[in-house]
Amino acid sequence: MALDTKSLFSFSPLHRLQWEEAQQRFVILYPEGMVELNLSAAEILKLCDGTRDLEQIVSELETKFETTGLRDDISELLQSALDNGWIRQIPRQ
Amino acid sequence: MVGSDKFPVSSPRWLLAELTYTCPLQCPYCSNPLDFARHKNELDTQDWLRVFSQAREMGAVQLGLSGGEPLVRQDLPILVKHARQLGYYVNLITSGYKLDEDKIAELKDAGLDHIQVSIQAPERTLNNYLAGTDSFENKKEVARLVKKHGYPMVLCVVIHRQNIHLMREILDMAVELEADYLELANTQYYGWAHLNRDQLLPTREQFQEAEAIAQGYKEKLKGKMKIYYVVPDYYEDRPKACMNGWGTTFLTIAPDGLALPCHEARSLPGLNCPNVRDMSIRDIWLHSDAFNKFRGFDWMKEPCRSCPEKTRDFGGCRCQAYLFTGDMTAADPVCGKSPHRYTVTEAIANARSSFQSGEGKPLVFRNVKNSKSLSSRMGKA
Ligand code: SF4
Ligand code: SF4
Repeated sequence: MALDTKSLFSFSPLHRLQWEEAQQRFVILYPEGMVELNLSAAEILKLCDGTRDLEQIVSELETKFETTGLRDDISELLQSALDNGWIRQIPRQ
Repeated sequence: MVGSDKFPVSSPRWLLAELTYTCPLQCPYCSNPLDFARHKNELDTQDWLRVFSQAREMGAVQLGLSGGEPLVRQDLPILVKHARQLGYYVNLITSGYKLDEDKIAELKDAGLDHIQVSIQAPERTLNNYLAGTDSFENKKEVARLVKKHGYPMVLCVVIHRQNIHLMREILDMAVELEADYLELANTQYYGWAHLNRDQLLPTREQFQEAEAIAQGYKEKLKGKMKIYYVVPDYYEDRPKACMNGWGTTFLTIAPDGLALPCHEARSLPGLNCPNVRDMSIRDIWLHSDAFNKFRGFDWMKEPCRSCPEKTRDFGGCRCQAYLFTGDMTAADPVCGKSPHRYTVTEAIANARSSFQSGEGKPLVFRNVKNSKSLSSRMGKA
């Protein structure tokens, strides 16, 4: 599925995003499987709560980390999250 | 002994809790031990709650509740609730037999994350024959209810010679039931499956045909259904990386509290697996002889010892090495470099001739009666 930049992104109800104390990282859990996330992937996916589109995620993270030019990296990660079924895109009403 | 510089001990990620050996079904490929009827002294609720807490502290995050049939445990909702509160991702691995909508909803409330339903075959007669129970309609209904209650729906079909010709129908059934995941698990030949191998092991041609069909659907269903295809290791030239390496990732607790580095390890003589009634999970994982026995590479013999591939497959499966060679430190005989590879080739040939002649021993079903008579034959070892 192609990334629709105007959509809102929400985390898939069939997956769980969780902090793992023992591993000191966020992981995605799903039936009999687990993906270990690096810091930036986790920061992006945490914002996929159904209230933000791509622009909003980019600007929030650029503000938070006091940097610019994150758009390409973020849309790349969202695309692969979408392909893996971790997130869904909801068209804006 | 623990955590040498070369091989630091990692923490467990997966806890498989075999809650009971009781099961209303009788699958002739069941991986439970042949003498399961001997091991009656089941852990109680408090034992399991303690095990879950201790393993979670060690870092386990995936929890499989299996058996036998875990649904026969009356305390299942209590166990699920506790596990979920601890932060486990809780998987119920069930035959689905007699699972009704009230129970499915109750378990959801308790925090169950996912239900994996196994179906023996895509049509009634064969399913019921293989399960030894009239269960086909019930299982399909359960699959629908699982979906309806918002669980990810995982359908599991164990593949062998009695159903491999129905690969297309199996895949169509998964599509019809709108499975999110389909696990096509080629039989692993341990326990009852090993006993029935001549009747269960497909020929190479059958495997290749079935695999091609599964691959085709995999492409077609991309993005809709994830298909896991567990390869049949007898037809490979290298062994599977069994358990991702001994004592690195997986911890199985048997119904009677025995802690196993792999769910077949009970069959290894002299391993002296510890019991959760006597030891904490921490001590079991870090300090027991059984969990340290095949960690790392120091235990290996040739050809594994000097093999560059040992970091990938860890010499394969210890239980398979023992089953074929009588030596649990041998290379997995599936490996083309193993001097015992011919034993696997023989097993394949035996199964083929039983297939071609249409003769051979009838299937032995997994039930208490057969288990008892097999146990007495195995002696009191
Ligand atoms: S494989 Fe069949 S007989 Fe064995 S525990 Fe599972 S459902 Fe029961
Ligand atoms: S010789 Fe041993 S380590 Fe090498 S590939 Fe075979 S099983 Fe693996």
